[in-house]
Amino acid sequence: MIEIKNISFAYGETPILKNVSFSVGSSESVVVMGPSGSGKSTILRLILGLECPQTGEILVDGKNICHLREKEKQEIRKNIGMVFQDGALFDSMSVWENVGFYLLEHSNLSIDEIGKRAVEMLGFVGLNAKEIMDKLPEQLSGGMQRRVAIGRSLLSTAPKAMLYDEPTTGLDPQSTENVLELISKLNRERQIATIVVTHQITDAIGFAKRFIVIIEGEIAFDGSLEELRDSKDLKVLQFLAPFRLSFNEVLKKEFFNYT
Amino acid sequence: MKHFAYTSQELFIFSVKTFAAIFRRPFYFTETKEQMYLIGIGSLYLVILTGIFAGQGFALAFSNELADFGAKDYLGRIMTIAIVRELGPVLAALMIAARVASGITAEIGAMKSSNQINALKSFGIDPIQKLAVPRLIALMVMVPVLTIFCDAIAIFGGYIIAVFLAHVSGTMYFAAVKERLIFGNLFIGIIKPIVFSFVIAFIACYKGFTAEGGTKGVGKATTESVVLASIVILVVNFFITKLASTYLKGYL
Ligand SMILES: Nc1ncnc2c1ncn2[C@@H]1O[C@H](COP(=O)(O)OP(=O)(O)OP(=O)(O)O)[C@@H](O)[C@H]1O
Ligand SMILES: [Mg+2]
Repeated sequence: MIEIKNISFAYGETPILKNVSFSVGSSESVVVMGPSGSGKSTILRLILGLECPQTGEILVDGKNICHLREKEKQEIRKNIGMVFQDGALFDSMSVWENVGFYLLEHSNLSIDEIGKRAVEMLGFVGLNAKEIMDKLPEQLSGGMQRRVAIGRSLLSTAPKAMLYDEPTTGLDPQSTENVLELISKLNRERQIATIVVTHQITDAIGFAKRFIVIIEGEIAFDGSLEELRDSKDLKVLQFLAPFRLSFNEVLKKEFFNYT
Repeated sequence: MKHFAYTSQELFIFSVKTFAAIFRRPFYFTETKEQMYLIGIGSLYLVILTGIFAGQGFALAFSNELADFGAKDYLGRIMTIAIVRELGPVLAALMIAARVASGITAEIGAMKSSNQINALKSFGIDPIQKLAVPRLIALMVMVPVLTIFCDAIAIFGGYIIAVFLAHVSGTMYFAAVKERLIFGNLFIGIIKPIVFSFVIAFIACYKGFTAEGGTKGVGKATTESVVLASIVILVVNFFITKLASTYLKGYL
């Protein structure tokens, strides 16, 4: 579904990604981790074709999005859901219009029907729809906004891939669990290729089978949870050190309740 | 200089893209209607104030001058030519540029800096089509309409001066006005606002989409957008007047 081949990317003179390659199968789910500023969000932007790499290529569904015309890019993007790190909610639209955005734009459903589905989706991400649906995003707390953003990207017709940029940052444990459950359920039931960027390693451990660690724009690790635990790579060890305790605990408890 | 050449080229490409997008589907009708309302109703009071005071000032200055020649009855003619051809279109466009161009740039710039433009793209939406085209069309309709308002009110302002200060009879004044409301003058008076609407829309949207550097960057882009649009309006106005005086000679 998504193939990244030897891409390098720089903002102006500053190199951000160096020779990054990995691919994600059509029903696979991958967790991407790495320190702040290592280029994780940049990879997601590249997959959507919002930026183009200087070298290498990215194929989505076999097509190089950077070589496509605007109309064709739009068609590809309709099949990919993205949760932006900062939510990026449309601040002049109400909460329900945000959540129903995809359907309002791309479907022939009636407003009532879209409203109904938006309310359902708000409930699904653990929000009290009645109370907030007519509010503006700025009237919500940060965590609520994030859940609205997740709901917005999930309420589309049939995404083939979902990209989540730190979906659980700033959420309370209950919502975190709900959101992760949702992500993993969608991935399993609808066979959606899934990339989750996260800092919260303990969350990530729960549901993905494959982990990628990006450090300073390079792939430092790509493999299973066991391999990650046993990795002897110095950079990876260093990155994991702060999480070591919770990491072991999670493994010990066999906390695989999502999969 | 290199920067200037680059920006003009980018602005040109953006303008062509935006213009072409008018004819592509989907057409965002609701957004267009909303923009028409915001731009039209929102700028009306400004245009009315501008028209009334500019018209009165102009009439006052000229009625004294004309009185010296015993040609006060020509006031209506001079007012019509000056307002319909030059003053009305330029003043209305400058006012709309100040109010609307800043708003458009600020709004699109804020959307860019908060990642909303990227979010639109991620939903398979063309931001030019969704944001720029409705504003362009709304301006294409509203700038001419507001200009006509401005013209009418300025000429009316002249009438007040004519009757109460210059002692020209109202009938004389309007007869003279009517005499100069001929094809050539009206044509120039309507072409100008249409061209200015493009100037305002292209510059304001372009500055918004290219705003960089957070809140401060958006502020800077907003100022630049108004300044640039105003200057371009004045320059373009000169060239239209120049072209008209060459090619429309027989109709003026
Ligand atoms: N628009 C931009 N212009 C210039 N540099 C940028 C831009 N966006 C990001 N960068 C730089 O690119 C690098 C990678 O950014 P990116 O957002 O991908 O990091 P990240 O891994 O997602 O970090 P975090 O975990 O903090 O979200 C950073 O060093 C950042 O300074
Ligand atoms: Mg990030």
